[in-house]
Amino acid sequence: MKIKQLSIFLENKAGRINDMVNILKEADINMRAFSLAESDEFGIMRIIVSDTEKAAATLKANKFTINITDVICAKIDDSAGALATMLDCLTPKGIFIEYMYAFSQGNSAYVVLRPTDIDACVEVLESMDCKFISPFEV
Amino acid sequence: MIWNRAKECMSREDMRLLQGKRLHKIVTHVYHNTPFYRAKMQEMNITPSDIQTIEDIVKLPFTTKQDLRDNYPYNLFAKPMSEIVRLHASSGTTGKPTVVGYTRRDIEIWSEMLARCFSAYGASKDDIFHVAYGYGLFTGGLGIHYGIEELGGTVIPVSSGNTAKQIQLLHDFAPTALCCTPSYALFLADAIDKSGIEKSEFNLKIGIFGAEPWTNAMRKEIERKLNIKAYDIYGLSEIMGPGVSYECSEQNGSHIVEDHFVPEIINPQTLEQMPYGEEGELVFTTVTKEGLPLLRYRTKDLTTLNEEPCKCGRTNVRMGKITGRSDDMLIIRGVNVFPSQVESVILEMEEVEPHYMLTIERVNNLDILTIDVEVSEQFFSDGINKMLELKKRIAHRIQSVLGISAIIKLVEPQSLQRFEGKAKRVIDNRVL
Repeated sequence: MKIKQLSIFLENKAGRINDMVNILKEADINMRAFSLAESDEFGIMRIIVSDTEKAAATLKANKFTINITDVICAKIDDSAGALATMLDCLTPKGIFIEYMYAFSQGNSAYVVLRPTDIDACVEVLESMDCKFISPFEV
Repeated sequence: MIWNRAKECMSREDMRLLQGKRLHKIVTHVYHNTPFYRAKMQEMNITPSDIQTIEDIVKLPFTTKQDLRDNYPYNLFAKPMSEIVRLHASSGTTGKPTVVGYTRRDIEIWSEMLARCFSAYGASKDDIFHVAYGYGLFTGGLGIHYGIEELGGTVIPVSSGNTAKQIQLLHDFAPTALCCTPSYALFLADAIDKSGIEKSEFNLKIGIFGAEPWTNAMRKEIERKLNIKAYDIYGLSEIMGPGVSYECSEQNGSHIVEDHFVPEIINPQTLEQMPYGEEGELVFTTVTKEGLPLLRYRTKDLTTLNEEPCKCGRTNVRMGKITGRSDDMLIIRGVNVFPSQVESVILEMEEVEPHYMLTIERVNNLDILTIDVEVSEQFFSDGINKMLELKKRIAHRIQSVLGISAIIKLVEPQSLQRFEGKAKRVIDNRVL
């Protein structure tokens, strides 16, 4: 099952992340997960929020460049080898990971995945009874 | 030493007479051989018989770089291609360069005027010249090369690039004169320092620097770092190439090769001729050139002319330092760059917004051009590789259009300043 991820283009300027998170705060939007990819002079902040549409509209109104992408959030055991087991199922099917990030909570780990072929990835993970976070659970 | 005393020390009156005679001749020639000028003169209701003395020059039409582009590649040539022995070109705004053609006699004149330059710098046939100007379409390399041969000196045709090799040759071949852009001279000086070779092991005495504006402070720095005497050489390919004017031992302005190029200063707004001493746009009429004679060519360079006799003995008019441009052309690492060239690249790429800002800085004596472009909302991707690939693509395209590399910086949409009316898209932080 897919969920929406919001990506935000950020110039490497002091305070730029603050600007962004303060805008979300004003709009009462809670970030559930995020990751930041960086290069020499710009970064891309990827966030998962409770209300993607509202967050997108708010950031856009504040002149941020954004992009909405489908990603998968898989729930796996927070134990050694759990991620390896999952990834080992994807590689033989020719599914590659463009990027991923994760966090753990209680006994579970949540892995946000951006695969090359998202539908094929969902199919493979479903066939192995993997649990997903649905848009309603975000 | 004065190479051509007859021409370089001619009385002002004789020079004006000679210029008048040559002007009449060249105007007659272009009237009959260049449809562009004939049409212009007919439009202004003048014929060659109206041009008898040098004072009549103000009756003639102007020529601009745009006229050269409009007549790309050969339509302004006043001789058939069978008479043209060489072409040179400079980069153009729309990807099309400005082409210039030389007859055998043009090359001879060019070489002779360069021999005058080198003699004014105190060089002679005993000198060995390390030529680090680019060889190729750029007039710097080959032009200087032929001038040195005319002088009788020894040429090392190194061309530009590969600094390590340059240092090796400067050391092993022991040249006495270095020819390159002033910023490259400073870059070389620093590279020599880092190489660990003692300065006393080099034999350099004279520096011949041009193709970009430089200050007296920069001259002092080069002279100190390389332990040489540095001279300015001025020129532009449309008129001939390097050597249109040159400094003498006095270093108080550059003597213009007036028997071949008649200088004027005009007000760039009213286009009226201004008296000597006042600052305005420098205009040249080539009075002996065969391949591509140009009437009143607007250089867009701002400077002054000085007719006072020089202590060196030369009487040829001196031009001051170039203080600016009447258009927006930039000289970056010796290459002419128009912001409109960058614009043409940005506009044709749909992944970025049609807004940009150029910043030029001098870092370690090398000009660094940075271009800020706004990423377009539609093409913004969550994958960093896709964004970096876009950056690379823009950089590649810019390099192929400008002929120099630039750092591309992707910035947020709406972050660059918007302009109503005349846009200011260039920040030049260099101290020139």
